Amino acid sequence: MEVVQLQTRFVEYTASLFREGYLDAQFTQLQQLQDESNPDFVVEVVSLFFEDSERLLNDLTRALNQQSVDFKKVDANVHQLKGSSSSIGAQRIKNACITFRNFCDEQNIEASLRCLQQVKQEYSLVKNKLDTLFRLEQQIVAAGGSIPVME
Amino acid sequence: MNLGGHAAKSLSMPSTSWKSGDGVPDQFPVGLRVLVVDDDSTCLMILQKMLRTCLYDVTKCNRAEIALSLLRENKNGFDIVISDVHMPDMDGFKLLEHIGLEMDLPVIMMSADDSKNVVMKGVTHGACDYLIKPVRIEALKNIWQHVVRKRKHEWKDFEQSGSLEEGEQQPKLSEDADYSTSANEGNWRNSKRRKDEEDEVEERDDTSALKKPRVVWSVELHQQFVAAVNQLGIDKAVPKKILELMNVPGLTRENVASHLQLLRIGTPSPPTEILPPLRVLNCGHLLQKYRLYLRRLSGVSQHQSGLNNSFMGPTEAAFGSMASLNGLDLQALAATGQFPVQSLATLQAAALGRSTSKSGISMPLVDQRNLFSFETPKLSFGEGQQQQLGNNSKQMNLLHGIPTTMEPKALANLHQSAQSFGGMNLQVNAHGNQSSSLLGHMAQPQSRMQMVNETNGSQISRLPSSLVQPIMSNGIASRVLARNGMVDNGRGAVYNSVTQASSLVDFSVNQNTDLPGNSFPLGNNSGMSSLTSKGVLQEEVSSEMKGSRGFVSSYDIFNELHQHKSQDWELQNIGLTFEASQHANRQGSMDVPPSVLVHQGFSSCQKSRQNRDTSIGNAMFSAGEESGHGNASNSGHQLNTFLTDNSLRVKAERLPDVSCQNTLFPEQFGQEDLMSALLKQQEGIGPVENDFCFDGYPLDNLPV
Repeated sequence: MEVVQLQTRFVEYTASLFREGYLDAQFTQLQQLQDESNPDFVVEVVSLFFEDSERLLNDLTRALNQQSVDFKKVDANVHQLKGSSSSIGAQRIKNACITFRNFCDEQNIEASLRCLQQVKQEYSLVKNKLDTLFRLEQQIVAAGGSIPVME
Repeated sequence: MNLGGHAAKSLSMPSTSWKSGDGVPDQFPVGLRVLVVDDDSTCLMILQKMLRTCLYDVTKCNRAEIALSLLRENKNGFDIVISDVHMPDMDGFKLLEHIGLEMDLPVIMMSADDSKNVVMKGVTHGACDYLIKPVRIEALKNIWQHVVRKRKHEWKDFEQSGSLEEGEQQPKLSEDADYSTSANEGNWRNSKRRKDEEDEVEERDDTSALKKPRVVWSVELHQQFVAAVNQLGIDKAVPKKILELMNVPGLTRENVASHLQLLRIGTPSPPTEILPPLRVLNCGHLLQKYRLYLRRLSGVSQHQSGLNNSFMGPTEAAFGSMASLNGLDLQALAATGQFPVQSLATLQAAALGRSTSKSGISMPLVDQRNLFSFETPKLSFGEGQQQQLGNNSKQMNLLHGIPTTMEPKALANLHQSAQSFGGMNLQVNAHGNQSSSLLGHMAQPQSRMQMVNETNGSQISRLPSSLVQPIMSNGIASRVLARNGMVDNGRGAVYNSVTQASSLVDFSVNQNTDLPGNSFPLGNNSGMSSLTSKGVLQEEVSSEMKGSRGFVSSYDIFNELHQHKSQDWELQNIGLTFEASQHANRQGSMDVPPSVLVHQGFSSCQKSRQNRDTSIGNAMFSAGEESGHGNASNSGHQLNTFLTDNSLRVKAERLPDVSCQNTLFPEQFGQEDLMSALLKQQEGIGPVENDFCFDGYPLDNLPV
């Protein structure tokens, strides 16, 4: 595919992610942080996020499926997930975490499990979207182009 | 950047580089050394990148323990710390406390949690800022301001204190000067002053490194210091020798010198080379220490065995012996809690001396050795504090916000008062804003000074109003001053109240490690001038003069002052918080340092003026009472009576020994009596009430 085409797709795709709320301004910040000295910064950070999140989600699943749920631990994990997702701009995950935390406060296992599902879902969605985005970037670079900087 | 430009202009700065010695001071804040602590690696990575983009020198760390050891190993290695609140291995606030106490670095908290109470916690624990995640780079770009501000405050106090005396000696580094180099300036000035006394050029090199970490004068360290000084003899105790004797790795002559200055204040005919440094004390450092000390005390208070009480005691006693005014002051002093036991004892002794018009203070204040001897009790106090710290990290945080400026001012004041009262007033007034910090700070020096004065005999009558003023800038100080100033019963009286007040005030402010503050050399109180704090004091003073009504008046004054200064006092909120936490802490502990009590008292006062108004004095009394528990024999001083009433009212339930009389300054206490009384009190004093209405104590008025 042509560089320009790729770049256009990239721009449009990114815009749609923002529009649909998968990403927020914080992601733009990350993108702006990327520079020549750190050309893969965004990819690195997001990968790190994926790793941490998967670990957290596993911990949460385990914790909520205990005989007696330790809500403090659950809450701490959700809080952490909220923090990291907001740091990379994964808005929908963050919002799902906020809801999740409310139910943790109420010590509502049922609702918490539902929230966990919701969070996992959002996580999968965003992961897919970002993977697609990064693939586009790679293609652009492979085609000799530069990745457009989003404003 | 402006700072960079300014830095270039500060020619006198021996600063090679404020930053990590790469020699480019002009480029501040480039190279600002930031330590980031967050257990979330994603955030950590992002923050690191952002900070690097801001051209800061970033070290990241995902565990608080590691961060602490990094900081400890490399005391001068960082300019600022950014830490997450929620971390698995250590609570972010705990880390914040540690850093504040040990390294005195500005700390920024951050969290995804933006709930008000968490942010408030950050404030009360002394964080200089609180960032909500996700953190934007714009927020990080300006963090250098916290570094500069902190230094500026310390430097400012330092400068002010020193300028009076040594103005000509050193080029006045105006505060407008490059902030970035302010630390350098401070250090430079410090070093320059010290040159007189130490003649150590190498010190300059040390001090020129802006990032000179503040030495935390822990109890152990202080004991070593005291031992060294005693061994050498006061006259021969020069920083260099003390340093050698102490043999503490990492301790510099400068550290020792500034510590020594504190102790030397008030030495009769002090050697000139020693005197000047007094002004130039590293007040900021001390102030910070006081703050932290205070916080620790509050946190530790639970277990403290009547340390507060013991503090209170002497002050109380002192008050008792003095005219009515004194009582309040004592309470104030006691309240500060900073007042080391020794100081209190000394004060008491002084008071005793005064009441009996003895020229020779029964207390061994005559020479600085006494200070040292007093130090020990204090040290134990500190130790107690330290132990306590472990127990109550939260509580301590309350006082975290103690104004740092207090130290410098207080020190300055002390020095001044020791030397010449008039000057101090001026200075003090200037520092007025510092209020709470000053109060606390002043308290300590004052108490010391009083002690010294006492020994000197007669001149004590005038309390270093300046001393008090700063402390009382919020109004309380003035009250104390007024008290002190007015009470011209004996030098001691005035003296006591002032010192007492200061000790009280200081108490809360003092940090655990800030023993030096407590051991603030009691200069000749003779120099203490009558209160001229703000005019308010004057009035109060006159009103204070009433005998038995001393306390009552004090209340009035306090109230008045409170009113006057209410705007200055930001204590309201903090106080409340503080109080709340204090209360929580204190529930059963009588260890609440008097200062803490005072704070609490004040805060509570603010909360409920009506109740507190009258009890402000009471609170003070209570504090004093408690500390003075058992110490002050009932001299039948009207003050005592008054105190009794008040304290009874205020803290009846808490004070094991409610009767004021008993706690009031024992007129005829011998030194030993006082000391033992104090010490005894430490053990047995009940929890000091928290509701000190220390109106003028803006807990959060600290330039953290």
